[in-house]
Amino acid sequence: MNQQALPLFEVFIRSRRGLDHRHVGSLHAVDSDQALEYARDVYLRRSEGVSIWVVRSSDITASQESDVAAFLDPMDDKPYRHATHYKLPEEVDNM
Amino acid sequence: MTENTSQTDPRLASFEEKIANEQRIEPKDWMPDAFRKTVLRQMSQHAHSEVIGMQPEGNWITRAPTLQRKVILLAKIQDEGGHGLYLYSAAETLGTTREEMVQALHDGKAKYASIFNYPTLTWADIGMIGWLVDGAAIVNQVSLQRTSYGPYSRAMVRICKEESFHQRQGYLATMALARGSAEQKSMAQDALDRWWWPSLMMFGPHDSDSAHTGQSMKWKLKRESNDTLRQRFVDQTVPQAEFIGLRIPDPDLHWNEERNAYDFGKIDWDEFMQVISGNGPCNRQRLQHHIRAQQEGQWVRDAMHAYALKRQAREVA
Repeated sequence: MNQQALPLFEVFIRSRRGLDHRHVGSLHAVDSDQALEYARDVYLRRSEGVSIWVVRSSDITASQESDVAAFLDPMDDKPYRHATHYKLPEEVDNM
Repeated sequence: MTENTSQTDPRLASFEEKIANEQRIEPKDWMPDAFRKTVLRQMSQHAHSEVIGMQPEGNWITRAPTLQRKVILLAKIQDEGGHGLYLYSAAETLGTTREEMVQALHDGKAKYASIFNYPTLTWADIGMIGWLVDGAAIVNQVSLQRTSYGPYSRAMVRICKEESFHQRQGYLATMALARGSAEQKSMAQDALDRWWWPSLMMFGPHDSDSAHTGQSMKWKLKRESNDTLRQRFVDQTVPQAEFIGLRIPDPDLHWNEERNAYDFGKIDWDEFMQVISGNGPCNRQRLQHHIRAQQEGQWVRDAMHAYALKRQAREVA
Protein backbone atom coordinates (compact mmCIF):
# COMPACT_ATOMS: atom_id res chain seq x y z
CA MET A 1 0.00 0.00 0.00
CA ASN A 2 1.26 3.42 -0.88
CA GLN A 3 2.04 5.43 2.28
CA GLN A 4 1.39 8.69 0.41
CA ALA A 5 -2.19 7.68 -0.15
CA LEU A 6 -2.98 7.70 3.58
CA PRO A 7 -4.81 10.82 4.68
CA LEU A 8 -3.07 13.35 6.90
CA PHE A 9 -4.30 14.04 10.44
CA GLU A 10 -3.52 16.97 12.72
CA VAL A 11 -2.84 16.09 16.36
CA PHE A 12 -3.86 18.17 19.39
CA ILE A 13 -2.87 17.35 22.96
CA ARG A 14 -4.25 18.53 26.29
CA SER A 15 -1.19 18.52 28.50
CA ARG A 16 -3.24 18.61 31.69
CA ARG A 17 -6.86 18.98 32.77
CA GLY A 18 -8.17 22.51 32.63
CA LEU A 19 -5.99 23.52 29.66
CA ASP A 20 -6.91 23.80 25.98
CA HIS A 21 -5.82 21.13 23.51
CA ARG A 22 -2.79 22.42 21.62
CA HIS A 23 -1.59 21.52 18.16
CA VAL A 24 1.56 19.43 18.33
CA GLY A 25 1.98 18.07 14.79
CA SER A 26 0.51 15.71 12.25
CA LEU A 27 0.70 12.14 10.98
CA HIS A 28 -0.66 9.79 8.31
CA ALA A 29 -3.18 7.07 9.19
CA VAL A 30 -5.93 5.07 7.51
CA ASP A 31 -8.68 6.45 9.73
CA SER A 32 -9.24 8.49 12.88
CA ASP A 33 -9.05 5.47 15.21
CA GLN A 34 -5.65 4.56 13.88
CA ALA A 35 -4.59 8.20 13.93
CA LEU A 36 -5.42 8.30 17.64
CA GLU A 37 -3.25 5.26 18.32
CA TYR A 38 -0.41 6.61 16.19
CA ALA A 39 -0.66 9.97 17.94
CA ARG A 40 -0.32 8.19 21.27
CA ASP A 41 2.78 6.37 20.04
CA VAL A 42 4.35 9.36 18.32
CA TYR A 43 3.50 12.31 20.53
CA LEU A 44 2.80 10.90 23.98
CA ARG A 45 5.72 8.68 24.82
CA ARG A 46 6.67 10.77 27.85
CA SER A 47 3.25 11.51 29.39
CA GLU A 48 3.00 14.79 27.52
CA GLY A 49 -0.75 14.82 27.87
CA VAL A 50 -3.99 13.47 29.25
CA SER A 51 -6.13 13.72 26.12
CA ILE A 52 -5.64 13.65 22.34
CA TRP A 53 -7.71 15.07 19.50
CA VAL A 54 -7.09 14.05 15.90
CA VAL A 55 -8.75 15.71 12.95
CA ARG A 56 -8.31 15.18 9.23
CA SER A 57 -6.09 17.98 7.88
CA SER A 58 -8.42 18.28 4.89
CA ASP A 59 -11.25 19.19 7.30
CA ILE A 60 -9.40 22.29 8.47
CA THR A 61 -10.24 25.55 6.76
CA ALA A 62 -7.50 28.07 7.37
CA SER A 63 -7.08 31.77 6.76
CA GLN A 64 -4.10 32.79 4.65
CA GLU A 65 -1.39 34.91 6.15
CA SER A 66 -1.06 36.74 2.82
CA ASP A 67 -4.67 37.93 3.28
CA VAL A 68 -3.97 39.26 6.74
CA ALA A 69 -4.27 42.90 5.80
CA ALA A 70 -7.73 42.55 4.30
CA PHE A 71 -8.89 39.86 6.72
CA LEU A 72 -7.68 41.05 10.13
CA ASP A 73 -6.44 44.58 9.74
CA PRO A 74 -9.47 46.48 11.08
CA MET A 75 -8.55 45.32 14.60
CA ASP A 76 -5.40 47.45 14.67
CA ASP A 77 -7.16 50.80 14.50
CA LYS A 78 -9.46 50.05 17.43
CA PRO A 79 -7.24 50.75 20.43
CA TYR A 80 -10.36 51.41 22.52
CA ARG A 81 -10.86 47.63 22.70
CA HIS A 82 -7.91 47.45 25.08
CA ALA A 83 -7.95 48.32 28.77
CA THR A 84 -4.70 50.24 28.40
CA HIS A 85 -6.50 52.78 26.20
CA TYR A 86 -8.33 54.08 29.29
CA LYS A 87 -6.10 56.14 31.58
CA LEU A 88 -7.59 56.28 35.06
CA PRO A 89 -6.48 58.67 37.79
CA GLU A 90 -3.87 57.02 40.01
CA GLU A 91 -6.16 57.00 43.05
CA VAL A 92 -8.56 54.54 41.42
CA ASP A 93 -6.28 52.82 38.96
CA ASN A 94 -6.82 49.26 40.16
CA MET A 95 -9.77 48.21 38.01
CA MET B 1 -24.56 8.97 51.79
CA THR B 2 -22.13 10.31 49.25
CA GLU B 3 -19.28 8.30 50.74
CA ASN B 4 -21.30 5.09 50.58
CA THR B 5 -22.17 5.70 46.94
CA SER B 6 -18.60 6.49 45.96
CA GLN B 7 -17.56 3.18 47.46
CA THR B 8 -20.01 1.36 45.24
CA ASP B 9 -19.62 3.50 42.12
CA PRO B 10 -15.98 3.88 41.04
CA ARG B 11 -16.97 6.62 38.54
CA LEU B 12 -18.30 8.81 41.31
CA ALA B 13 -15.22 8.13 43.41
CA SER B 14 -12.99 9.17 40.53
CA PHE B 15 -15.09 12.31 39.92
CA GLU B 16 -14.87 13.32 43.56
CA GLU B 17 -11.17 12.65 43.67
CA LYS B 18 -10.62 14.99 40.71
CA ILE B 19 -12.61 17.73 42.45
CA ALA B 20 -10.70 17.20 45.69
CA ASN B 21 -7.37 17.43 43.84
CA GLU B 22 -8.25 20.71 42.11
CA GLN B 23 -8.51 18.96 38.74
CA ARG B 24 -10.93 20.34 36.18
CA ILE B 25 -13.80 18.18 34.96
CA GLU B 26 -13.65 17.90 31.16
CA PRO B 27 -16.55 17.21 28.76
CA LYS B 28 -15.83 13.51 28.15
CA ASP B 29 -15.43 12.72 31.86
CA TRP B 30 -18.20 10.94 33.68
CA MET B 31 -20.02 13.35 35.98
CA PRO B 32 -23.09 13.02 38.23
CA ASP B 33 -26.32 14.14 36.56
CA ALA B 34 -26.89 16.75 39.24
CA PHE B 35 -23.46 18.26 38.51
CA ARG B 36 -24.19 18.35 34.77
CA LYS B 37 -27.56 19.99 35.40
CA THR B 38 -26.09 22.57 37.76
CA VAL B 39 -23.24 23.63 35.43
CA LEU B 40 -25.67 23.79 32.53
CA ARG B 41 -28.11 25.95 34.49
CA GLN B 42 -25.32 28.30 35.54
CA MET B 43 -23.68 28.52 32.10
CA SER B 44 -26.93 28.96 30.18
CA GLN B 45 -28.01 31.68 32.60
CA HIS B 46 -24.63 33.34 32.16
CA ALA B 47 -24.82 33.11 28.36
CA HIS B 48 -28.37 34.50 28.27
CA SER B 49 -27.26 37.38 30.52
CA GLU B 50 -24.50 38.36 28.09
CA VAL B 51 -26.95 38.42 25.19
CA ILE B 52 -29.93 40.05 26.94
CA GLY B 53 -27.46 42.56 28.44
CA MET B 54 -26.89 43.95 24.95
CA GLN B 55 -30.40 45.44 24.93
CA PRO B 56 -30.19 48.12 27.65
CA GLU B 57 -26.87 49.32 26.17
CA GLY B 58 -28.04 49.07 22.59
CA ASN B 59 -30.71 51.58 23.55
CA TRP B 60 -28.04 54.33 23.55
CA ILE B 61 -25.89 53.52 20.50
CA THR B 62 -27.58 56.07 18.25
CA ARG B 63 -27.64 58.68 21.01
CA ALA B 64 -24.11 58.40 22.42
CA PRO B 65 -22.86 61.94 23.08
CA THR B 66 -19.71 61.71 20.92
CA LEU B 67 -18.42 59.53 18.09
CA GLN B 68 -15.70 58.25 20.43
CA ARG B 69 -18.25 57.13 23.04
CA LYS B 70 -20.29 55.55 20.29
CA VAL B 71 -17.50 53.37 18.88
CA ILE B 72 -16.54 52.34 22.42
CA LEU B 73 -20.14 51.37 23.17
CA LEU B 74 -20.38 49.43 19.91
CA ALA B 75 -17.14 47.57 20.67
CA LYS B 76 -18.39 46.75 24.15
CA ILE B 77 -21.76 45.44 22.97
CA GLN B 78 -20.00 43.40 20.29
CA ASP B 79 -17.88 41.86 23.08
CA GLU B 80 -21.01 40.92 25.06
CA GLY B 81 -22.42 39.11 22.00
CA GLY B 82 -19.10 37.28 21.64
CA HIS B 83 -19.10 36.35 25.32
CA GLY B 84 -22.58 34.89 24.89
CA LEU B 85 -21.20 32.76 22.05
CA TYR B 86 -18.22 31.51 24.10
CA LEU B 87 -20.59 30.48 26.86
CA TYR B 88 -23.22 28.84 24.64
CA SER B 89 -20.52 26.76 22.93
CA ALA B 90 -18.93 25.84 26.25
CA ALA B 91 -22.38 24.82 27.54
CA GLU B 92 -22.98 22.72 24.42
CA THR B 93 -20.14 20.42 25.55
CA LEU B 94 -22.61 19.20 28.18
CA GLY B 95 -24.78 17.64 25.50
CA THR B 96 -27.45 20.27 25.05
CA THR B 97 -27.91 22.43 21.96
CA ARG B 98 -27.96 26.18 21.71
CA GLU B 99 -31.45 25.98 20.22
CA GLU B 100 -32.64 24.14 23.33
CA MET B 101 -31.10 26.77 25.58
CA VAL B 102 -32.68 29.63 23.65
CA GLN B 103 -36.03 27.84 23.65
CA ALA B 104 -35.81 27.43 27.44
CA LEU B 105 -35.16 31.18 27.69
CA HIS B 106 -38.19 31.96 25.54
CA ASP B 107 -40.34 29.55 27.56
CA GLY B 108 -39.33 31.31 30.75
CA LYS B 109 -37.60 28.17 32.05
CA ALA B 110 -34.07 29.60 31.87
CA LYS B 111 -33.16 32.85 33.59
CA TYR B 112 -30.72 35.68 32.97
CA ALA B 113 -29.26 38.28 35.33
CA SER B 114 -32.13 40.28 36.80
CA ILE B 115 -30.18 43.55 36.48
CA PHE B 116 -30.94 43.73 32.77
CA ASN B 117 -34.63 44.13 33.52
CA TYR B 118 -33.98 47.72 34.55
CA PRO B 119 -34.30 50.47 31.91
CA THR B 120 -31.49 52.75 30.69
CA LEU B 121 -33.23 56.11 31.05
CA THR B 122 -30.29 58.47 30.52
CA TRP B 123 -26.78 58.39 29.06
CA ALA B 124 -25.44 58.22 32.63
CA ASP B 125 -26.97 54.74 32.89
CA ILE B 126 -24.50 53.54 30.26
CA GLY B 127 -21.66 54.68 32.49
CA MET B 128 -23.25 52.84 35.42
CA ILE B 129 -23.58 49.60 33.46
CA GLY B 130 -19.86 49.65 32.71
CA TRP B 131 -18.69 50.80 36.12
CA LEU B 132 -21.12 48.97 38.42
CA VAL B 133 -22.76 46.14 36.46
CA ASP B 134 -19.60 45.04 34.65
CA GLY B 135 -17.62 45.78 37.80
CA ALA B 136 -19.83 43.37 39.75
CA ALA B 137 -19.76 40.83 36.91
CA ILE B 138 -15.95 40.95 36.81
CA VAL B 139 -15.68 40.30 40.57
CA ASN B 140 -17.81 37.21 40.02
CA GLN B 141 -16.07 36.12 36.82
CA VAL B 142 -12.54 36.48 38.17
CA SER B 143 -13.57 34.04 40.88
CA LEU B 144 -15.14 31.71 38.28
CA GLN B 145 -11.87 31.44 36.34
CA ARG B 146 -11.12 28.67 38.84
CA THR B 147 -14.47 26.91 38.46
CA SER B 148 -14.20 23.12 38.26
CA TYR B 149 -15.78 22.63 34.82
CA GLY B 150 -12.93 23.02 32.29
CA PRO B 151 -14.77 24.66 29.34
CA TYR B 152 -16.49 27.14 31.69
CA SER B 153 -13.23 28.02 33.38
CA ARG B 154 -11.48 28.62 30.03
CA ALA B 155 -14.37 30.76 28.77
CA MET B 156 -14.09 32.86 31.94
CA VAL B 157 -10.39 33.45 31.42
CA ARG B 158 -11.05 34.70 27.89
CA ILE B 159 -14.00 36.84 28.98
CA CYS B 160 -12.19 38.47 31.91
CA LYS B 161 -9.32 39.43 29.64
CA GLU B 162 -11.65 41.14 27.17
CA GLU B 163 -13.94 42.61 29.79
CA SER B 164 -11.27 44.65 31.55
CA PHE B 165 -11.90 47.67 29.34
CA HIS B 166 -15.66 47.63 29.93
CA GLN B 167 -15.47 48.75 33.53
CA ARG B 168 -12.79 51.35 32.88
CA GLN B 169 -14.71 53.02 30.06
CA GLY B 170 -17.84 53.07 32.25
CA TYR B 171 -16.00 54.71 35.10
CA LEU B 172 -14.42 57.32 32.83
CA ALA B 173 -17.81 58.11 31.24
CA THR B 174 -19.27 58.54 34.74
CA MET B 175 -16.31 60.66 35.81
CA ALA B 176 -16.82 62.97 32.82
CA LEU B 177 -20.41 63.59 33.95
CA ALA B 178 -19.52 63.91 37.64
CA ARG B 179 -16.98 66.59 36.76
CA GLY B 180 -19.25 68.31 34.24
CA SER B 181 -22.08 70.80 34.72
CA ALA B 182 -24.39 70.66 37.74
CA GLU B 183 -27.00 69.08 35.50
CA GLN B 184 -24.59 66.40 34.29
CA LYS B 185 -23.48 65.65 37.83
CA SER B 186 -27.04 65.24 39.03
CA MET B 187 -27.73 62.95 36.08
CA ALA B 188 -24.79 60.77 37.18
CA GLN B 189 -26.02 60.78 40.79
CA ASP B 190 -29.53 59.84 39.70
CA ALA B 191 -28.16 56.91 37.71
CA LEU B 192 -26.04 55.74 40.65
CA ASP B 193 -29.10 55.97 42.91
CA ARG B 194 -31.02 53.66 40.58
CA TRP B 195 -28.24 51.17 39.76
CA TRP B 196 -26.49 50.72 43.12
CA TRP B 197 -28.90 48.34 44.81
CA PRO B 198 -29.67 46.20 41.75
CA SER B 199 -25.88 45.84 41.30
CA LEU B 200 -25.55 44.46 44.85
CA MET B 201 -28.41 42.05 44.07
CA MET B 202 -26.40 40.66 41.14
CA PHE B 203 -24.43 38.50 43.58
CA GLY B 204 -27.62 36.65 44.52
CA PRO B 205 -29.25 35.92 47.87
CA HIS B 206 -27.34 35.93 51.14
CA ASP B 207 -25.34 32.75 51.74
CA SER B 208 -27.81 31.69 54.43
CA ASP B 209 -30.70 31.86 51.90
CA SER B 210 -28.99 30.65 48.75
CA ALA B 211 -30.52 27.45 47.40
CA HIS B 212 -27.53 26.38 45.31
CA THR B 213 -24.46 27.76 47.07
CA GLY B 214 -23.66 24.83 49.38
CA GLN B 215 -23.57 22.11 46.75
CA SER B 216 -21.92 24.38 44.15
CA MET B 217 -19.13 25.23 46.59
CA LYS B 218 -18.64 21.54 47.37
CA TRP B 219 -18.28 20.85 43.66
CA LYS B 220 -16.01 23.91 43.36
CA LEU B 221 -18.24 25.26 40.62
CA LYS B 222 -18.48 28.32 42.81
CA ARG B 223 -15.24 29.24 44.50
CA GLU B 224 -16.46 32.03 46.76
CA SER B 225 -19.85 32.70 48.30
CA ASN B 226 -22.34 35.39 47.23
CA ASP B 227 -21.71 37.48 50.35
CA THR B 228 -17.92 37.29 50.03
CA LEU B 229 -18.05 38.49 46.42
CA ARG B 230 -20.61 41.21 47.22
CA GLN B 231 -18.44 42.54 50.05
CA ARG B 232 -15.42 42.66 47.73
CA PHE B 233 -17.44 44.65 45.20
CA VAL B 234 -18.65 47.14 47.83
CA ASP B 235 -15.15 47.61 49.23
CA GLN B 236 -13.62 48.33 45.84
CA THR B 237 -16.46 50.54 44.57
CA VAL B 238 -17.09 52.92 47.48
CA PRO B 239 -13.69 54.68 47.18
CA GLN B 240 -14.23 54.97 43.42
CA ALA B 241 -17.53 56.78 44.03
CA GLU B 242 -15.94 59.04 46.65
CA PHE B 243 -13.13 59.96 44.29
CA ILE B 244 -15.52 61.42 41.73
CA GLY B 245 -17.76 62.99 44.36
CA LEU B 246 -20.81 60.77 43.95
CA ARG B 247 -22.81 59.56 46.94
CA ILE B 248 -23.68 55.87 47.41
CA PRO B 249 -27.44 55.80 48.16
CA ASP B 250 -27.12 53.93 51.46
CA PRO B 251 -27.40 55.79 54.78
CA ASP B 252 -26.07 52.72 56.62
CA LEU B 253 -22.87 52.56 54.63
CA HIS B 254 -19.78 53.11 56.76
CA TRP B 255 -16.27 51.83 57.18
CA ASN B 256 -15.91 49.15 59.82
CA GLU B 257 -12.43 49.40 61.28
CA GLU B 258 -12.68 46.04 63.01
CA ARG B 259 -13.73 44.10 59.93
CA ASN B 260 -11.53 46.19 57.68
CA ALA B 261 -14.51 46.40 55.33
CA TYR B 262 -17.60 48.49 54.65
CA ASP B 263 -20.83 47.74 56.46
CA PHE B 264 -23.82 48.37 54.28
CA GLY B 265 -27.60 48.52 54.56
CA LYS B 266 -30.28 45.92 53.98
CA ILE B 267 -30.93 44.79 50.44
CA ASP B 268 -34.58 44.84 49.35
CA TRP B 269 -34.99 41.13 48.59
CA ASP B 270 -38.68 41.58 47.82
CA GLU B 271 -37.71 43.72 44.86
CA PHE B 272 -35.15 41.09 43.82
CA MET B 273 -37.76 38.32 43.95
CA GLN B 274 -40.26 40.45 42.02
CA VAL B 275 -37.77 41.18 39.24
CA ILE B 276 -36.46 37.63 39.06
CA SER B 277 -39.98 36.22 38.82
CA GLY B 278 -40.80 38.38 35.83
CA ASN B 279 -42.20 41.60 37.27
CA GLY B 280 -39.28 43.97 36.85
CA PRO B 281 -39.66 47.16 34.79
CA CYS B 282 -38.49 45.59 31.49
CA ASN B 283 -38.82 41.78 31.80
CA ARG B 284 -41.49 41.39 29.13
CA GLN B 285 -39.83 43.88 26.79
CA ARG B 286 -36.43 42.12 27.02
CA LEU B 287 -37.86 38.69 26.28
CA GLN B 288 -40.21 39.87 23.54
CA HIS B 289 -37.36 41.69 21.84
CA HIS B 290 -35.21 38.56 21.94
CA ILE B 291 -38.02 36.44 20.50
CA ARG B 292 -38.72 39.00 17.78
CA ALA B 293 -35.03 39.24 16.83
CA GLN B 294 -34.94 35.45 16.63
CA GLN B 295 -38.02 35.35 14.40
CA GLU B 296 -36.98 38.24 12.19
CA GLY B 297 -33.56 36.66 11.66
CA GLN B 298 -35.04 33.33 10.59
CA TRP B 299 -34.99 34.20 6.88
CA VAL B 300 -31.22 34.78 7.07
CA ARG B 301 -30.62 31.33 8.55
CA ASP B 302 -33.01 29.81 6.00
CA ALA B 303 -31.18 31.56 3.16
CA MET B 304 -27.77 30.39 4.41
CA HIS B 305 -29.05 26.84 4.66
CA ALA B 306 -30.61 26.92 1.18
CA TYR B 307 -27.38 28.34 -0.28
CA ALA B 308 -25.30 25.62 1.41
CA LEU B 309 -27.60 22.92 0.00
CA LYS B 310 -27.38 24.44 -3.46
CA ARG B 311 -23.59 24.49 -3.36
CA GLN B 312 -23.45 20.92 -2.12
CA ALA B 313 -25.72 19.83 -4.96
CA ARG B 314 -23.50 21.65 -7.45
CA GLU B 315 -20.36 19.94 -6.10
CA VAL B 316 -21.96 16.52 -6.43
CA ALA B 317 -23.06 17.22 -9.98
